Amino acid sequence: MMEQFNNIAPWEWVQLISFYAIAAMMVLGALFVVTMKNIFHAALSLAVVAMGAAVVYLMLDAEFLGFVQIMVYVGAVITLIAFVVMLTQRANQSGDNKATNHQKFISFVSVGTVLALLLWKIPNASWLTTVTNAELANAHTIGNALLTDYLLPFEAVSVLLLAVLIGAIVLSRREKPAKDDGGAE
Amino acid sequence: MTLIELTIKIVEWVQALAAARGIDPSWAGFAAEVAIMCVLGGIVLAMVSVAGMLLIWMERKVSAHMQSRIGPNRVGPFGLFQSVADAVKLLLKEDISPRGKDLISFWLAPMLISVPAVMSFACFPYHKGWIPIDLDLGLLYLMAIGSAAVIIIFMAGYGSNNKYSMLGGMRTIAQIITYEIPAVLAVTAVVMTTGSLKMSTIVDAQSQVWNIFSVWGLIAFIIYIICATAETNRTPFDLPEAESELVAGYHTEYTGMKFALFFVAEYTNMVVVSAIASAVFLGGYYGPFGLGGASPVWMLLKVIAMIYLMMWFRWTFPRLRIDQMMMFGWKVLLPISFANIVLVGIWMAFKTLGQ
Repeated sequence: MMEQFNNIAPWEWVQLISFYAIAAMMVLGALFVVTMKNIFHAALSLAVVAMGAAVVYLMLDAEFLGFVQIMVYVGAVITLIAFVVMLTQRANQSGDNKATNHQKFISFVSVGTVLALLLWKIPNASWLTTVTNAELANAHTIGNALLTDYLLPFEAVSVLLLAVLIGAIVLSRREKPAKDDGGAE
Repeated sequence: MTLIELTIKIVEWVQALAAARGIDPSWAGFAAEVAIMCVLGGIVLAMVSVAGMLLIWMERKVSAHMQSRIGPNRVGPFGLFQSVADAVKLLLKEDISPRGKDLISFWLAPMLISVPAVMSFACFPYHKGWIPIDLDLGLLYLMAIGSAAVIIIFMAGYGSNNKYSMLGGMRTIAQIITYEIPAVLAVTAVVMTTGSLKMSTIVDAQSQVWNIFSVWGLIAFIIYIICATAETNRTPFDLPEAESELVAGYHTEYTGMKFALFFVAEYTNMVVVSAIASAVFLGGYYGPFGLGGASPVWMLLKVIAMIYLMMWFRWTFPRLRIDQMMMFGWKVLLPISFANIVLVGIWMAFKTLGQ
């Protein structure tokens, strides 16, 4: 395996090392998400994983996707998760969350099976390492594609977002008090 | 000579030197490029520090003169070293931290809060051809990094184990995410007419007439400057840190140098939004109507003018209450920014129809 490291130009070394560093950071972050006792720290680790994913997109030349990942995931989704965590927990409950429950054996068995399957199949899969006729996925081509080739999914997602907005407003509306004119004067 | 040409010259010179001595030229070129990037990074950090100190002094002088008093004038000529005195004072303060604080959030928050602001400095158009990193999606990068700062304020508010901090932190976040959307939409109006997100293209498209001198540009500029004041938590939008309301909001429990880090982060954010406004709406390094050509002095003057404007707002307008702030953001600014985009679309459609 070491022969492939012989003829690497300097900037490719940088890419290699930074990829391994980002991958390690993402794996550690994902590990912390599921094992941290303090749920807010778990949400922060999820932010680390999302940032790592954005960096991987940037390394793969998907710049638009990378920046939108930062804007949407780290800027909005993680904030939403943190808000939800804070509003549904009493303060200083970090000691009460156990990292595991009574289903340790069966979880080991199922996760071990999935891990074995993945370790067997992933090295033998035929991964696409070069993309032959991809145009650069910059903002222009994505915008064009959204409004010509993928117009129907675009409109469908807009309708979905509208439904979500209306649903959120309806769910969080305060109940109007039942008949108030008696004591209002 | 642009930055890229200068870099190529230096790298080739180093490679020639290395080839003459028998060192592998690709590694020598790599080392030279890394050294140049470190130098640029050092310049950016120096700019951030100097800007922080100068802005603290400027704020005190501007606010003083607007209130018919003089402000600091003892510590150095015109009180210029007052910022140094302030920094030394803050360094010498006792470092108290609350009991029951969340260690990770409390310690990481002041360190991370300047990161998005400093990262933005690499993409500003200082001079024609002198943008350190001219991304194809430069403007999107700046907006994305601005929105990543939200979670760090949450960390600051949560980690202090203090109800006022938590409440202040949540209000700050609500305010930031509310006013982020009209800001991005206002900038989108400019992106629509320029046709590109690249900073150099946006600035070069304003070489004859600035974007602010058009109807949609003026509306977009006004929207952007209001949203910028709200995002950096300046008055009239600084209820989360108003002393009479919430002690000091999310940075109540921070003393000494940690407070100084928050303070400097706020001023750095002010510089960032002023620089974005100058580049996108006010023509970057070009003079008005092409006067005087491209020069970094124009960019500096515009950034200082925008910062002065934000400081002027502080001492002119009363503070908004949190529900008035949210009402204004969602019910007034957002529809206006959408209407502005529709206006730009119609304007562009008529322009292409007429050709």
